[in-house]
Amino acid sequence: MGFVFMQPAVLTGEHFINGDSACAEGALAAGCRFFAGYPITPATEIAEQMAKRLPEVGGVFIQMEDEIAAMAAVLGASCAGTKSMTATSGPGFSLMMENIGLGIAMETPCVVVNVQRAGPSTGLPTLGAQGDMMQARWGSHGHYEIIALAPASPQEFFFQTIAAFNLSETYRLPVMIMADEVVGHLCERVIIPDPSKIRLQSRPRPKGRKDRFKPFHPGANGVAPMAHAGEGYLVHLTGLTHDEKGYPVMTAEAHSEMVSRITGKIRANLSKIIQVEEYRLEDADVALISYGISSRSSMAAVDEAREQGMKAGLLRLVTVWPFPEDAIRALAKRVQCLITVELNLGQIHMEVQRCAGGMAPTLLVGHAGGTVITTARILETMHAGSGRG
Amino acid sequence: MSNSCSPKHPLDNILRTDLIPHIWCPGCGIGTAFSASLIAIQSAGTDLTKTVVVSGIGCSGRGAGYVKLDSYHTTHGRAIPFATGMKLANPELSVVVFSGDGDLFAIGGNHFLHAARRNMDLTVICVNNFNYGMTGGQAAATTPSLARTSTTPLGNPEPPFNLPLLAYASGATYVARWTMLHTRDLTQSIGEALARRGFSFIEVLAPCPTGYGRRNRQKPIDSLKLYQEKAIVKNGANPAEVILDFKQGITLGKFVEYDKPTFSESYERICRPHAS
Repeated sequence: MGFVFMQPAVLTGEHFINGDSACAEGALAAGCRFFAGYPITPATEIAEQMAKRLPEVGGVFIQMEDEIAAMAAVLGASCAGTKSMTATSGPGFSLMMENIGLGIAMETPCVVVNVQRAGPSTGLPTLGAQGDMMQARWGSHGHYEIIALAPASPQEFFFQTIAAFNLSETYRLPVMIMADEVVGHLCERVIIPDPSKIRLQSRPRPKGRKDRFKPFHPGANGVAPMAHAGEGYLVHLTGLTHDEKGYPVMTAEAHSEMVSRITGKIRANLSKIIQVEEYRLEDADVALISYGISSRSSMAAVDEAREQGMKAGLLRLVTVWPFPEDAIRALAKRVQCLITVELNLGQIHMEVQRCAGGMAPTLLVGHAGGTVITTARILETMHAGSGRG
Repeated sequence: MSNSCSPKHPLDNILRTDLIPHIWCPGCGIGTAFSASLIAIQSAGTDLTKTVVVSGIGCSGRGAGYVKLDSYHTTHGRAIPFATGMKLANPELSVVVFSGDGDLFAIGGNHFLHAARRNMDLTVICVNNFNYGMTGGQAAATTPSLARTSTTPLGNPEPPFNLPLLAYASGATYVARWTMLHTRDLTQSIGEALARRGFSFIEVLAPCPTGYGRRNRQKPIDSLKLYQEKAIVKNGANPAEVILDFKQGITLGKFVEYDKPTFSESYERICRPHAS
């Protein structure tokens, strides 16, 4: 080995970059060393940045033949012990659903980024939306739990990518980042901290005799330690219903046990997983509930409403899945009106309604996508909701 | 559970004996192809803890479940891209894909083409039993023209793929075809594939008496007789000229073997010019 020219994995400092680039830098800072992807607007810049940066830090980038293959490769790489990621938008997200299910069943940590554009189908490739939120929750078949985050700025995209890796490693599952075209393409200041300031998690690892190792025997927090290919544990992993040894078992009992385990490890740790941010909610009568780019319009609407004398606030969902049920319930008890603001025709809104359970009226500000939601539209609904309309 | 009275099987140390008996039907050829693969893996002299078997879905896809190595039973058609990620993440691994014709060439066909094009360092063993066995004998991309299957009750209107030609045209650097009757040649081919770098493809013809045979007047023994009588061993044959016709003949042999840079070698040289 001669002189090795390596770029640092963490580009500490102040940058003016778009959300997609911030996501790629966040991934590298999180220790991601494998990316498999397929070009798609508006997520392509993540792949481009990873293609340039990964070989500089000893990682591998591969452009696969489609998103099905990209997702499969990400799982394979993770099973071999490398933190792995892919990034796509709606049409590719649809193709990834098959192997996201495999990642759930095989309990394989990885990160899937969806820079959302307006659908259905090819839709509006270059324009933003938040229409894949329910697909993120239920897009693969069967019953399972998922973790999904929603960034509102390039800076948050950076930090959420690190958080997504940490969550995926801690709980052993694919974690989704549900960004959108606007956040992906928006250029803003992104401050990348010193590596020493970035806390990283790694998947739990096996201890003890290799021949007695059971790949799905859960540890204290419900998550099983993970052995990698090539380490001598001779594991068998399958998408079939399996027992703790990883062996296929075709019974209702085994299935119930497995599904309980993969849902239970998330349900049992909700308080550690879920993150929400309150903005001027202390004394609010009207509460907005929003996430991603729509939460920025919402924040501006809250400020304007406050100037007009309305007691308004915002609950910003940093984690969208698992759904912050307790936070919504608590809010529904103390405000006069809940207004969901999102770039679709009411996906998270249905969850808000469910959790509000009639304790407070619920309204929606949303449209099918293609442009951000204006503050004026939100204010209109806020006035209607507060009875001042 | 191994019975202490019965003699130890020579492959027991790389079999998950606690999962035996297997699911394969009496007369099925997958077991022989599987044994040949295990013998080749065992004789390769490489560190078995660094050997990984990846399968897709189907009868052959269940192979990964019986081998006592790191083994991954993935989704239908996706064994090759899964194996690709695994190999790239840990180049020390020797990655074997063991799966069927439906899995690798219909639903997974595109992945096969591209892994071969990249010369990804994988050994791909395809058990070709001419139909979808697991689901009860439907037509596949390998079903001979006119053959009867449950979805071609009056005969198959489609022509089959020539798998060795497909592999060669896509960029595979090792291409062989044997039948499960030609176990020594098959085992040797798999051994050669394991020992070399690059994308190696081995097609193994195998009877499926339950799905294919009973609808096409091929009892297991009939299939084996055809494999013996119709075999034309022609190493180095032009893949465009190899035939697979139960009347005219079945060309077997090692058709292709040449070297070119693997994906990883090219990636290292082109994408990381400053390293090393």
